[in-house]
Amino acid sequence: MKVVVCINHVPDTETKIRVASDGTAIDRAGVNFMMSPYDEIAVEEGLRIRDKFKGDVTVVSLGTDANKETLRKALAMGADRAVLLRDDGVRDSYATASGLAAEIKGLTPDVVLFGRQSIDYDDAQVGTLVAELLSLPSVAVVVKLDIKEDGSVVCEREIEGGHEVVHTKLPAAFLAQKGLNDPRYPSLKGIMAAKSKPIEERPAAPAEVRVQTLALRKPPAKNPGRIIGTDASAVKELVRLLHEEAKII
Amino acid sequence: MNVLAFAEERGGKFKKSSLETIRAGRRLADALGGEFAALVAGSGVAAAAPGLGRYGAGRVIVVDDPKLAQHSNTAIARIIAEVARTEGATMVFLPASQMGKDVAPRVAIKLGAGLAADCIALRIDGNDVIATRPVFAGKGLLDVRITTPVKVFTLRPNIFDAAEEGADARVEARTVPLDPADTVTIVKEVKVAAGRPDVTEADIIVSGGRGMKGPEHFALIERLADALGAGVGASRAVVDAGWRPHDEQVGQTGKTVSPSLYIACGISGAVQHLAGMSSSKFIVAINRDKDAPIFQIADYGIVGDVFEVLPALTEELKKTGK
Repeated sequence: MKVVVCINHVPDTETKIRVASDGTAIDRAGVNFMMSPYDEIAVEEGLRIRDKFKGDVTVVSLGTDANKETLRKALAMGADRAVLLRDDGVRDSYATASGLAAEIKGLTPDVVLFGRQSIDYDDAQVGTLVAELLSLPSVAVVVKLDIKEDGSVVCEREIEGGHEVVHTKLPAAFLAQKGLNDPRYPSLKGIMAAKSKPIEERPAAPAEVRVQTLALRKPPAKNPGRIIGTDASAVKELVRLLHEEAKII
Repeated sequence: MNVLAFAEERGGKFKKSSLETIRAGRRLADALGGEFAALVAGSGVAAAAPGLGRYGAGRVIVVDDPKLAQHSNTAIARIIAEVARTEGATMVFLPASQMGKDVAPRVAIKLGAGLAADCIALRIDGNDVIATRPVFAGKGLLDVRITTPVKVFTLRPNIFDAAEEGADARVEARTVPLDPADTVTIVKEVKVAAGRPDVTEADIIVSGGRGMKGPEHFALIERLADALGAGVGASRAVVDAGWRPHDEQVGQTGKTVSPSLYIACGISGAVQHLAGMSSSKFIVAINRDKDAPIFQIADYGIVGDVFEVLPALTEELKKTGK
């Protein structure tokens, strides 16, 4: 079983966003980056699939040199190969997906895994774009994945207020959601081993940008509201405000 | 500048997010001087289609095919792209629901279109549209322009208006031939969670954090939620602790929500949580710690013990019948 996992290097969740001087991106100075949390779940699932069926896991990331840190982490978790598709420029989801698809095509995988979405730009599109570009079936927001010996797949994906049980066939792409598994922490042995594993590097295939960023801005700041009480006696006033002022209930 | 909006149907009903999408698409078509059509695709979906007129559809294209009895993302994407082509649609709108987000990227590739996902605002700029979409779970807003001739947008639920206006729509039946490859992926079964609305769709959310002190105390949250017909949310801390299921988690590594009212109970307000819920229209915070960051963004705060305030609030709501 050949598994490819696409992973992204993103600002950590505690980051407060500052807009860079060009007005279209974040200021990266002083920001801690990490593997996008859903991508960790995808890596873990890839490792489990490999361990069950034998085969190998290749992790692929598109971006700058900095992404090597995230590739290195995936190697430390147990991935076999890592590929950096280098591009220092600006890509939208389509251009990112095109670059990834060009690489994945050559790897002829049985399973392609992504996180449900990257927690920086929150598009939740790249995985499905790659699947469509490669004419692969895809299942998004997967919380259960059962791959059979014959390549048939039964999985569950989360939808509003429930789950869908989805059947498909390999080769296919899956977008991992929280709940699919608990990603392992890299072991000391894994971390040491990862240091000697090479990260292959090549330029990402060029692609057209279809969505142009005009501006990144901060949402309008909310004014702190009123403290309307310090115990249960405040609920009368709260209900009145929600009814008369907020007009919600 | 023709506009097509896809309406998601589940169990004979259209989701509110689809009605919002239709109205937003129709308004844009009117403003840009284009034709508007809504698209419904499924098996046995024709009966509900005329009702979309009351949300501004005017004209509804129905693809009713028994092959669609089991939903398939690839089949629906094929149909949307084909209908968009025959309609000469240069803008295609879908709700940013789980179905919409699953289908839109495929539609975009088939149409050679750029896709602006999860938009919260659309602004007309000459003959074009500038879309605003939240990034970093709402810590930032991105203004974007799609540069391809055909453009696909998905619209975040609960943001655009879905008020009723107009009469029944004119319905046109259409067939779109499907390839066997279009139905390799199918939904065999839908397991519906009983009871409360999902946080991404709920108009009101009652959410609990570590201040609830244990999973057993979430009964207080649930009672208040049920008194309000609300969804139940949770912070990352309590989901990671196993007190609540993953699908309730609100925040940057959970769901981003925009309800009319968000009641945060025993939630201090970590950056990643605030990111996921700060676009709520009204925020109420109940927390013992007066310095909790949640009070910085709450419209109304009660600095008090959730174990006293929550039952009193539930009681007061029941008493006043609101």
